[in-house]
Amino acid sequence: MTDETADGPGYAIAEDGSFTAPLTLAYPYARTVGPTYGTFLTGLAAGKVHATVSADGTVFVPPAEFHASTGEALTQWVEVASEGEVVSWSWESAPGNAQPFDRPFAWVLVCLDGAGTSMLHALDVTDPSEVRTGMRVRVRWAADAEPGIGAITCFEPVTTGGAS
Amino acid sequence: MRDVAVVASAHSAVSATTDTPIELLIPVINEALANAGLERREVDFWCHGSCDYLVGQPFSFVSAVDALGAWPPIVESHVEMDGAWALYEAWIKIQTGEADTALVFGNGKSSVADMFRVMALQLDPYVEAPLGTDQIALAGLQARMALDAGVITERDMAEVAARSRRDALANPVALVSGEVSVDDLLAADKVRDPLRAHDIPAMGDGVTAVVIAAGDRARSLASRPAWIRAIDHRIDAQRIGGRDLIGVPSAVAAAERCGVGGDRIDVAEIHAPFTHEELLVGRALGIDAATTRINPSGGALVSNVLMAAGLARIARAAETVLDGTADRVIGHATQGPCLQQNLVCVMEGA
Amino acid sequence: MSNEAEDVLRIRTPIGVDYAWSAGRRSSAYLNGLLEGRLIGKRCPSCTRVYFPPRNGNCPMCGVLLVDDDVEVGPNGTVTTFCVVNVPFLGQKITPPYVAATILLDGADIGMQHLLQEVDAADVRMGMRVEPVWAPREDWGPTMENITHFRPSGEPDVDFTDYAGQL
Repeated sequence: MTDETADGPGYAIAEDGSFTAPLTLAYPYARTVGPTYGTFLTGLAAGKVHATVSADGTVFVPPAEFHASTGEALTQWVEVASEGEVVSWSWESAPGNAQPFDRPFAWVLVCLDGAGTSMLHALDVTDPSEVRTGMRVRVRWAADAEPGIGAITCFEPVTTGGAS
Repeated sequence: MRDVAVVASAHSAVSATTDTPIELLIPVINEALANAGLERREVDFWCHGSCDYLVGQPFSFVSAVDALGAWPPIVESHVEMDGAWALYEAWIKIQTGEADTALVFGNGKSSVADMFRVMALQLDPYVEAPLGTDQIALAGLQARMALDAGVITERDMAEVAARSRRDALANPVALVSGEVSVDDLLAADKVRDPLRAHDIPAMGDGVTAVVIAAGDRARSLASRPAWIRAIDHRIDAQRIGGRDLIGVPSAVAAAERCGVGGDRIDVAEIHAPFTHEELLVGRALGIDAATTRINPSGGALVSNVLMAAGLARIARAAETVLDGTADRVIGHATQGPCLQQNLVCVMEGA
Repeated sequence: MSNEAEDVLRIRTPIGVDYAWSAGRRSSAYLNGLLEGRLIGKRCPSCTRVYFPPRNGNCPMCGVLLVDDDVEVGPNGTVTTFCVVNVPFLGQKITPPYVAATILLDGADIGMQHLLQEVDAADVRMGMRVEPVWAPREDWGPTMENITHFRPSGEPDVDFTDYAGQL
């Protein structure tokens, strides 16, 4: 395949004669977040993690708007810790655009202390040997992040002695 | 309820092709129709499963109708889902009495973008998708949970891969196949810990097309139709951190609704692009590997044509009834992140 | 909840995917033709209609693949219908008012949309004969933008019954 797309005519011709061209489909979505995510994201911007609580006592982080089993609208709030435990992890060996790190790291599901569900984010480690299920981690807050989940840069291991 | 059966099917899959999605569809649809001995004009209802994000072309399903010869106008519908859900809609359509025959198809062109990234766009768009993760990372999170819980082992996963590749030797549209030992697979490095390369599907460009028909029409089109005795689909909550990733409750519920446990199952085609998914779904459906042949086609692991691989499972299971090698079979399909949604289709030869 | 930070009402969640698009080999004659300043369509082996462009390499009426029956069409054609654009919109490349026309190229069986210029919008009509105006050759690529626009050719109008089957 002739690839002349970089500085050439913007297309290439495959061995079978087909014309090919790069195509980027991008949507600059802006979303209104509603009261539930709004409370959560406003809390993150202030360095706090807010969770919704259902009548059966389940604490949802990130907050659920409704209870998946009962349909109960969740309007009760509680603040949970910004520290918790790795419930599961998988290794990112080929990081790419728009990910929390541009070098290998771990994806984690973290159950924050006081929460009944776990949340997805990245863990700042550079080798799989540095992460294990059950390890203690805490939120690393982003300075001057724009509103959103990016207010949490990542999770970081809690080391004995508590240095951040 | 009307008796409805799968009477014919056809498949294509290659690692990459320059053909457009429409060009890919036409030969496979023709082959399915020829296998059924049905003319295009005899198709009462057409139903299509595909996903615009995979093509990078909004409303791509509108142009897919070009492959059907929609003049004079035909009766057609589309789901933004795997073709297995199109089959469910077609089955409903036939139940209404408005159609006796339907051609169902699903297609995808996985080679045009990083589909593992694209598939992660299904996540919650507020707090999960913006992280930029991919389907392999999510599969790894689910697999590790099951591994940590002792529900599955890495050896179980490698055995799924070895068996799938061996069975793929007999599947002309498998993208990866061969005899390989479980020990050799386990000796390989983990490419995305906990996953090794053999745990991750071979992605393909292709199509699956299936012809279903009601009652006597089915009997006239196939000597041994695969009668759909039960079909159901259930869905779990979206957020992966808030549901049972090991037990797969929606698969359990769909299997219960279909009465899967009521009798022996000769063949189960399980839609499991990742090795651990076959193990988890097998548990959820109550499949006993000692008495049920699992994924004799090699499954989605060896030929993952997005939006067709689920329909292909139903088709492959039905084919074992059509060719007389099985009597009671299951086709399973999944959608959504980490086995969120599950469809079960029970078929019988008599 | 607390008001120590400004309430978050809206977030940006841009998404983008990079694709490698292929036109398929059955469109190659059409695209190569454009590079040479020629308009190449394909004839359906089933219904014999000539498609320009041969989009997706198939006949949507018959649902069959178009094979190697290339047919040179145009360059002149007939306006079968048109729209006068008076309204500005985001991304508009041409200053309104202008005429977007469906043009049935000579020898083709389906119209294609292009820009009509060098004529007052009030004078455009169904059946009007038009000819292409090509961009400078050094700017050509495999694109219909090689033709900047169509303009009246001065040939006599075509009777409605002559293109009623291709509307």
